Amino acid sequence: MGASNDGLPVRTGFLGWLNKRMPVDAFMRDQLTGYYAPKNFNFWYYFGVLSLVALVLQLVTGIFLTMHYKVGEATAFDSVEYIMREVPYGWLLRYMHSSGASLFFIVVYLHMFRALLYGSYKAPRELLWLFGMAVYLALMAEAFMGYVLPWGNMSFWGAQVIVNLFGTIPVIGPGLVDWIRGDYGIADATLNRFFSLHVVAVPLVLLLLVALHLVALRHNGSNNPDGIEIKEKKGADGKPLDGIPFHPYYTVKDLVGVGFFLVAFAIVVFFVPTFGGLFLEKPNFEMANPLSTPEHIAPVWYFTPFYAILRAVPDQQIGALLMALSLIGFIVLPWLDRSPVKSTRYRPLRWKLALTVFVVSFVALGYLGLKPAEGLYVLLARIFTVLYFAFFVLMPFYTRGESTSRVPDRVTFHD
Amino acid sequence: MSDIPAPAGAEVDQDRRGFLTFATVATGAVGAAFTAVPFIASWSPSERARAAGAPVELDVTKLEPGQMVVLTYRKKPMYVVRRTPEMLEHLAGHDGKLKDPESKKSEQPDETRNTARSVKPEYLVLDGTCTHLGCLPKARFEKALPELGADWPGGFFCPCHGSRFDLAGRVFEGSPASQNLRVPSYSYRDDKTLVIGVGPEVTGAA
Repeated sequence: MGASNDGLPVRTGFLGWLNKRMPVDAFMRDQLTGYYAPKNFNFWYYFGVLSLVALVLQLVTGIFLTMHYKVGEATAFDSVEYIMREVPYGWLLRYMHSSGASLFFIVVYLHMFRALLYGSYKAPRELLWLFGMAVYLALMAEAFMGYVLPWGNMSFWGAQVIVNLFGTIPVIGPGLVDWIRGDYGIADATLNRFFSLHVVAVPLVLLLLVALHLVALRHNGSNNPDGIEIKEKKGADGKPLDGIPFHPYYTVKDLVGVGFFLVAFAIVVFFVPTFGGLFLEKPNFEMANPLSTPEHIAPVWYFTPFYAILRAVPDQQIGALLMALSLIGFIVLPWLDRSPVKSTRYRPLRWKLALTVFVVSFVALGYLGLKPAEGLYVLLARIFTVLYFAFFVLMPFYTRGESTSRVPDRVTFHD
Repeated sequence: MSDIPAPAGAEVDQDRRGFLTFATVATGAVGAAFTAVPFIASWSPSERARAAGAPVELDVTKLEPGQMVVLTYRKKPMYVVRRTPEMLEHLAGHDGKLKDPESKKSEQPDETRNTARSVKPEYLVLDGTCTHLGCLPKARFEKALPELGADWPGGFFCPCHGSRFDLAGRVFEGSPASQNLRVPSYSYRDDKTLVIGVGPEVTGAA
């Protein structure tokens, strides 16, 4: 990230004027054309840039929806219906925003899985992982509050269930719940503050965190499927032997991925915008009614693994605590994993099994969180909750002294 | 900041410099904390919300025996029933058919965790939203109603999903609801004035 002038073109005219006042060429060189990324990136390395695309889509569609949406207990639901029926292309903006939220979480989850697969959270990238986790938490807050805004019946009852979770905190709980809601129930005051947070506060925080995530990424450079630091093997020119300039190579590659992503996005938006009740739940097409609870209160799919953990425990207080702990496991991951090797490719079967069990548990909990908490579903949710926590809690033990296979000196590269 | 060079000829007192830095930062932090107070306080329920959520009162002596009135407290319907001695007698006969006869898993203030689920057995006070899915159970106080069976002891019936409760709001086996109807926090300000929303710990009377 040095700001020297080596190798920069000599500029005259406007560009010369500009570069004297702002390091445009130097920035382009440091961050794009002279930034070397590992040449063995695979499919899994699309999901970082796709998260960024999803963020931009949400910001743009959100800004336009805010122009028509009317916050307030009496107006919110109607204004969303107005957007859907009467605003030119309002339905498109709304469906892009609502489906965009789900696709955002899909690419973020795949992006996180990539980090698990190749040990991208391990030294020296712990801070990168922590910023990523902060982005994930902010994104969950953003999505939760956004889901309340249409003021449908699931908006109302979902908010009720989630806000009441804070009531389980000993001593301060009940007062805290009134403070969060600004009333003695989910009410106009709650909707207004969620709107402010969803539209202004959290997006600002998200942008800041994403910027920090990228700064931390560029400082050490990307990890890769072999989990090797490419900066350790440099050629005579001082460039990593296993690296290629980010631009044009990866910008062009990423554009292909973005193209495919946008096709998939368009298919969802045009043909299955509610995704059978997964992206927009059926009770949300009915206005919020404090006197009528939906048959099954379930959050949107991206929260259901945690919701299943919450309900797996008969005691609500312990359930809420476990749900909080389930996120903390993710956050402290870099310090739980004691293996000296990053990539799953060179780690033993024991790790591969643990990772598989974890992924299966996470997906299973996601499914169970959508189902009513009764009978076999509860039993299964308990089993998978135990497996979920075992992955994190036992990690320091099963990763210590791993019999890893030999990590190659240079990245493996298939033509 | 200790590496800032001292002016020529001056001796730097690092302790003094450190103390002043600390004092400045601490004063700023205290100021920031005080400034945060109004922002945080602005989230508390507003005066309007407080007024709308104020406790509600009822002169219970105006109820006829066997009569029920519905009050609204914080947007929820509150059922107040003046039970007859006969109704109270029937509360004891069907514990075996109840899911939670002793109200162990149900929500109520401690002083109402008894068979009659009330402070004064004569007056039943319930949150009228079904513990299943929030519908409003209907009063079905007559015994042995044809649609509820010959052994119906009188109570509440939820028309949405068929949950049945007795005259203390306790849920019968076979109902989709699993908890007894909630009892709100309430107390009596004097012999005849019921106050919903204020517990006895506040008024000092039960």
